Amino acid sequence: MQTEIDIIFAMTREIQLSDVLAAVKAGVKQACCRLDPAARACLGAAAGREQNPNARWALETLLDNAEAAERQGMPLCQDTGMAVFFVELGQEVRLVGGSLTDTLDRAVEEAYREGCFRMSVLDPLTRVNTGTNTPAVIHLDLVPGDRLRIRFLPKGFGSENMSKLYMLTPAQGLPVALDRVVEAVREAGSNPCPPVVVGVGFGGTAEKAMEIAKRALLRPLGSPNPDPQLAEIEAELLRRINELGIGAQGFSGETTALGVHAEKFPTHISAFPVAVNIQCNAVRTAEVIL
Amino acid sequence: MRELRIDLPLTEEAVRSLRAGDRVLLSGPVLTGRDAAHRRLFDALAEGREPAVPLKGETVYYVGPCPAPPGRPVGSCGPTTSMRMDLLTPRLLQAGLRGMIGKGSRSPEVVEAMKQFGCVYFAAVGGAGALYASRVTSCSVLAFPDLGTEAVHRMILKDFPVLVAVDCLGGSVYR
Repeated sequence: MQTEIDIIFAMTREIQLSDVLAAVKAGVKQACCRLDPAARACLGAAAGREQNPNARWALETLLDNAEAAERQGMPLCQDTGMAVFFVELGQEVRLVGGSLTDTLDRAVEEAYREGCFRMSVLDPLTRVNTGTNTPAVIHLDLVPGDRLRIRFLPKGFGSENMSKLYMLTPAQGLPVALDRVVEAVREAGSNPCPPVVVGVGFGGTAEKAMEIAKRALLRPLGSPNPDPQLAEIEAELLRRINELGIGAQGFSGETTALGVHAEKFPTHISAFPVAVNIQCNAVRTAEVIL
Repeated sequence: MRELRIDLPLTEEAVRSLRAGDRVLLSGPVLTGRDAAHRRLFDALAEGREPAVPLKGETVYYVGPCPAPPGRPVGSCGPTTSMRMDLLTPRLLQAGLRGMIGKGSRSPEVVEAMKQFGCVYFAAVGGAGALYASRVTSCSVLAFPDLGTEAVHRMILKDFPVLVAVDCLGGSVYR
């Protein structure tokens, strides 16, 4: 006869954390050394269009770099970033053999050590390096189902340092929000290594706005938001940002951003949070599904 | 647009001849240094001490390289954001630093100091660390080994592609 416990176990799927470790480690290693294929195509198209010789030189150098990185098995950029994970854990999954947080941290430490990636993480006050590039920043969502989906973003800080959060009032509304996003990219100028991808988060709380702005960076280039209003906003912002003329590396030119990805989340009646999180030209991601 | 080959260390004549927009292949020795090393060099100068590394005639490359893979002199080693060094830079230029390699625009104070002391700022391409690693023939720690990747290294470049971003007259490729 089936007991209640048997039934609960029959509904769960076990995933060994040793399998998670191996898969995430491989993903981290590959991500840091490989330019995202959609980003590579966008950079190639931008190089073909570019009239400014300095900006074109920068774009061509970045394309050469992508080849050099793959050929040498070397990171695209020395800033292999702080490790950010977006985890979707199916609620029917039972993780076996340790802690998920420890497993992700271990995957980062081992991949960064074996890959000769830079350990860039330190105590903010003492400035003493942790020596492991950990802790990782982990965003965890519990979702229906029996799968574990882990997405990895090594976030460089030339671009991360250009993040902006605006707590607008409802009266200021969308026009001011869009002006602020364009202004944030203008102020960032040459610093975030343009051409960039601009992540925009509308709504939520302060930290939720920034989280969805960052999550938006994981969306592949060339895939507009399925929400028609957000897709329209993305197109308008991209046009306005490229009209700034900052260009590749700030050398002036036609392509300042390869894409704008916007997301929204319900917010409070008193507020209109707007977050801007920028991805540099080294678009690097990995996805693991178990 | 001119394409030039320049040997390091930079001569005064070389600095005077370079103009914003010139594309240059650099070969020879540079110092590496970024946020933490700049703080220490600046503090030594501000307190009237000799800096740990003589700066006269040197070119500094704003970089924190990745560890060297086996059999290679250095790992991925593209430029970091120069703006973060801006507050400390004029004092280093006064102490004799002649060239800088980094990425992104500089403050008006840095540009003024460059004009005063006759210096040049080269932009390397941010994000091209793997390509730049193939243009470095050696890299060894010179000072501040406790800073790890942020230590001052002696790096030898070979045909290292950069753009003159700000010249000694204040001409700039940035708007």
